[in-house]
Amino acid sequence: MKSRQLIIGLALSGFFIAMALLSLIWTPFDHTALDIPGKLQKPGAAHLLGTDHLGRDILSMVMVGARTSVAVALLALAIGLSLGVPLGLAAAARRGGWLDEFIMRGNDIIFAFPLLVMAILITAVFGPSAVNAIIAFGIFNIPVFARVTRGAALPLWEREFILAARVAGKGTTRISVEHILPNVTNMLIVQGTIQFALGIQVEAALSFVGLGVQPPTPSLGRMLADAQTLVTLAPHLAIVPGVAIILIVLGLNLAGDGLRDQLDPRLRRLRT
Amino acid sequence: MLRYFLKRTGSLILSLAVASLIIFAVIEIAPGDPASFMLGINAQPETLAALRSELGLNATKPERYLSWISGMLTGDFGTSYTYRTPVSQMVADRIGVSLPLALYALILAVVIAIPAGVFAASRRGNAADTGVMGATQLGVAVPNFWFAMMLVLVFAIQWRWFPAGGFPGWDKGTGAALHALTLPAIALALPQAAILTRVMRSSLLEVMGEDFMRTARAKGLSKRRAVWRHGLRNAFIPVLTIIGLQFSFLFAGTIIIEQVFYLPGLGRLIFQSISARDLIVVESVVMLVVFAVILINFLVDLAYAAVDPRLRSRT
Repeated sequence: MKSRQLIIGLALSGFFIAMALLSLIWTPFDHTALDIPGKLQKPGAAHLLGTDHLGRDILSMVMVGARTSVAVALLALAIGLSLGVPLGLAAAARRGGWLDEFIMRGNDIIFAFPLLVMAILITAVFGPSAVNAIIAFGIFNIPVFARVTRGAALPLWEREFILAARVAGKGTTRISVEHILPNVTNMLIVQGTIQFALGIQVEAALSFVGLGVQPPTPSLGRMLADAQTLVTLAPHLAIVPGVAIILIVLGLNLAGDGLRDQLDPRLRRLRT
Repeated sequence: MLRYFLKRTGSLILSLAVASLIIFAVIEIAPGDPASFMLGINAQPETLAALRSELGLNATKPERYLSWISGMLTGDFGTSYTYRTPVSQMVADRIGVSLPLALYALILAVVIAIPAGVFAASRRGNAADTGVMGATQLGVAVPNFWFAMMLVLVFAIQWRWFPAGGFPGWDKGTGAALHALTLPAIALALPQAAILTRVMRSSLLEVMGEDFMRTARAKGLSKRRAVWRHGLRNAFIPVLTIIGLQFSFLFAGTIIIEQVFYLPGLGRLIFQSISARDLIVVESVVMLVVFAVILINFLVDLAYAAVDPRLRSRT
């Protein structure tokens, strides 16, 4: 019972990540191969999930598209972690000081920007591209991780093992890296899972309105954008990539919740 | 309370100032200067010079920032380069779609989420609770624009209950306008309703464990009456905060939903301006949306502090 959520979540997200990775070496068809006479086929024996308006195999496109979406989300996650965690550690180490105040106020301001508006602003000026979508969501991830790191690190600074490390003559930076960081990793993994899921949704939304991944690279969001005009003719064009997004996000969210419950038993009472 | 109010107002002004600086800076570092960016590479030198002076590009950066920001404060948002109309006029036209849409979605989300959350909390741990919680997990995972496409497919194309897109305008009657906004509002509301249901449920569960609830039961109130008279009132505090925050999410969310339904709101204005490279409109509309979001969050904080005095002592 206790980890059912976690198991379902890991299985779902793991399945799609495996499919995305598999597309690096194998897809049922070449996802760029056009077959105009065989266009808009319903799901069937030849093409498991049907074909699109250019006769491309949808299963192959979903596999490659999931890879793009996962890559966008992971790179934005990497930006958020690599800048947010050091900022959070620094803020906690100098808690109450001007650096802490400065970092947290700066975070408040980034937080106040609606994610979508920030992404629109960046892509409007620098041009729509996958890289700019990654930067926009990456910037949004920085305060998220800074906050989580700071929040988890603050109580640790009052603990005895940190005092022991101080007595042993270790400096603030060394204590942050050697003792604080390992103890906030659990929280970072949980938050990382949630931001990963959010990244998949953000990629989809931005690419859907043409501000994210650009043709010819397929992504789940771009497949939905292409499907918008054809949805009455061939609903499966929209249903298949949409369901893929939902299942990946659902899997990651379930895994995140399951992990959190596992790591913080006090929450089980409320959630189950 | 006054101290708290002053402190929060100070940070509101600071947030707005920094946000406006960021937006201004992003537009400034646009490749090339804004005039050549807007006109493209084939622009005539005279046209370019004319636009440069119209935009005030010959002034220094601080001067331009100050004139932009003082214009924004007095309701002068600049003039659209492509449409030759004041941006304030365009915003006034469009906000009549985006704002009612966001409000409509918020009302739907609240109407769905509160009963669902109370229902799940009162049947905690059994099949009904598990069902509601499973549905909320799904609701959070569904992209709202995809859900919008599915709604169109079923309710506009299959059953023809609602229009697939477009907006008749408020002058054609409130009924027709609301009818056109119904599917977009449902699509926007779904993920927020899912989040709100979870908040309502956990908040009510927490309150139900409090001593005063046991007292209420001990003095003879039935479980139902205890929940209605004492539980809900206390459980609403965190729920109200989330509702406030969700309004700013919904307002920003209209940007994408308007694309699916071809609604002439602020979101469409932003995208039209982006493709027309009309940076004046983009800059001012983005600032307005950010302003609205920051202001809503500020009001939510104040309302929260008014209801729960314990918060005033913090930050």
